[in-house]
Amino acid sequence: MKKMLTSTVILLSSLCLTTGAFAQTKEIRVLLANHPYGELLKTVIPEFEKQSGIKVNFESLQESQLTTKLTTEFATKSSSVDVFMTRPLQEGKMFNKNGWYEPLAKYDFSDYPKPVMSVASAGSTPYLVPLVTEWQVLYYRKDLFQAAGIAVPKTLVELEEAAKKLNSDAVAGIASRGKGAAAVTQLSSYVYNYGGLYLDKGVAVFDQPAAIDAIRYYGKLLGTYGPKGVTSMSWENIMPLFQAGKVAMWTDASVFYGQVVDPAKTQIPAANVGIADLPAGPKAQSPFIVTSWGIAVANQSKNKEAALKFLDWASSKDLAVKGMLANITMARSSVWKDPKVLEAVNPGLVSTRALAAEKGNAFDRPYMSAVGEARDQIGELIIESINSKGESAKLPEMAKAKAARVNELLKDAGEYGQP
Amino acid sequence: MRRPSYIEKYLPILFPLPAVIFIALLMIFPILYTLGLSFTNWNLTSGMPMSFVGLRNFGRVFAEPRFLDAVWRTLSFTFLAVFVEAVLGTVIALILNRTFIGKSLTKLLLLLPLVATPVAVGIVFNLFYDPTIGLANWALSSLGLPQGLWVSDANSVLVSLVIVDVWQWTPMITLIVLAGLAGLSEEPFEAARVDGATQWQVLRYVTIPMVMPTILTAVILRLIDALKTFDIIFAMTGGGPGYASETLNIMGFKYSFEYFRMGQASVILIALFFFVLLCSLGIMKLRSTSES
Repeated sequence: MKKMLTSTVILLSSLCLTTGAFAQTKEIRVLLANHPYGELLKTVIPEFEKQSGIKVNFESLQESQLTTKLTTEFATKSSSVDVFMTRPLQEGKMFNKNGWYEPLAKYDFSDYPKPVMSVASAGSTPYLVPLVTEWQVLYYRKDLFQAAGIAVPKTLVELEEAAKKLNSDAVAGIASRGKGAAAVTQLSSYVYNYGGLYLDKGVAVFDQPAAIDAIRYYGKLLGTYGPKGVTSMSWENIMPLFQAGKVAMWTDASVFYGQVVDPAKTQIPAANVGIADLPAGPKAQSPFIVTSWGIAVANQSKNKEAALKFLDWASSKDLAVKGMLANITMARSSVWKDPKVLEAVNPGLVSTRALAAEKGNAFDRPYMSAVGEARDQIGELIIESINSKGESAKLPEMAKAKAARVNELLKDAGEYGQP
Repeated sequence: MRRPSYIEKYLPILFPLPAVIFIALLMIFPILYTLGLSFTNWNLTSGMPMSFVGLRNFGRVFAEPRFLDAVWRTLSFTFLAVFVEAVLGTVIALILNRTFIGKSLTKLLLLLPLVATPVAVGIVFNLFYDPTIGLANWALSSLGLPQGLWVSDANSVLVSLVIVDVWQWTPMITLIVLAGLAGLSEEPFEAARVDGATQWQVLRYVTIPMVMPTILTAVILRLIDALKTFDIIFAMTGGGPGYASETLNIMGFKYSFEYFRMGQASVILIALFFFVLLCSLGIMKLRSTSES
């Protein structure tokens, strides 16, 4: 009996060995985001498969679903993901703390600006490769500005005046995200321009007067001159309104420029769409400039060699140039100096990036593990402010309670007071 | 010869066994597991292993105003929607119970909302409800009526969602009640007519009481389903603006898959489970009294 068992085991293992030797094609599982760069990767993956002989099984997911899927798969240790697109500001801290990223000690990061790397590494060990940067800009309708005889606003005071002048029954003066948690990133630049912050050295400070003033200004602006129902609007609701000509100005991330001027998607001619720096506030002109997307290898991957090969390719300079030509604002510095690229890219994008890269802030949200919940807390303040047109007397007290709550979250995660 | 008798002896246990195992694995185990989780502090964002925290999650969740609001919202959404659906569904069934030209076509059309995918329904209704470019406001303004903010306003969002739920689920009640009406025997109606009852009296004292158990069955099914509504609300508002349409199910989703606080999410879902159980028991009691 024992003999038979041993011989069966030997037979089986030799069978495994031979099939192993024959199975030349390696397979990896890649999770991509429903983002223009994810779309671009999808179209060129066959080329990678051809030159590397690695078969790539990819899935595309909407960003928050991607976070959920990755988190549940990794946390329950049931994942077969090898490479994935990741949002450093949303997931980075948490994923790194849980050891879900594979450290990338050998990757050449010399082409990436320093602020960009600050959210891609813990200490001196990078764990993700930045792909796309975004910064906040002001999109505006050149024709409406001309008709009203006003100049592009340079300060937040001028922005409000312009919104007032351009606002009518048919066209909203200005739009920006008002949907609670989704609006937190867009509010951030306003807070910075008023001299405030969400977190300062790991402590919630958005209940300080500067931040409150910014929240009031944002609420007044959107509550008075914003589109109807703005408190339930994120970019996916505002963009169609802008494309339909129902909004005169829109402050949001630079990433939407390509879609705003795409003749297949918009009713307004590209010549009528302007892009400008987010106006300066009383204290600063410091729009956010963030690494919105990166790519990483999963720590539990069983095909790390193939996964790293894919990572190198997906974050290569060639693809970055391709991305730039598709109006995706890539993180690599060198592509912003490439003459071929500069010729094709809108000068407005180049100039707004230059300002943001010089004076901007590398975060557009509280940078912490429990960021989702913290965003909901700040989102409540935004909705209260918009609903009251910035006048709410409750705001300071509410902000204090919310800040205390966020501090609690920071303490729960052991991040309180840490820079 | 001993084996057949052994099997025969345990036959009453053996045959239902697959079903029992199935239910235990897929229904009882998840419920018990959730209950178990509710006593732990399992949190995916903290990177720490789960540990037993007793009743602390229950204390924290029950003291949260957001939770109490969600309970109240879940109940008002459910009762409002199911009440309107029950009344409307029964009325439509009574109308359809007569013979008229195009009856089968009408019945077929009634089925359409039932088979539509809730998320698609949500997206289409969101387009209707859009305050700036939506059809609903355009229709209102062309009739000279004031425009609404629909799902974009905290005060109107719940009613707007109820309208969608009513649109989708009234036909189900209609179909069940229609089946009940078709199964009624003719004698009581004849007796009533012989006794000289008016049409209204027949409806009020004969038809409705006789079809009541069927209506209540339909209502139980709807109640349980409406308490657990997730798809339409999630697709249309995600619980917003703010938390204005956040029901227990949505809150449970947010706590588990956005905040990754599995322990507290379990508490919320157990509360929801409890409400569903309570509602079903209540209606079942009501049904048995109406039958007797």
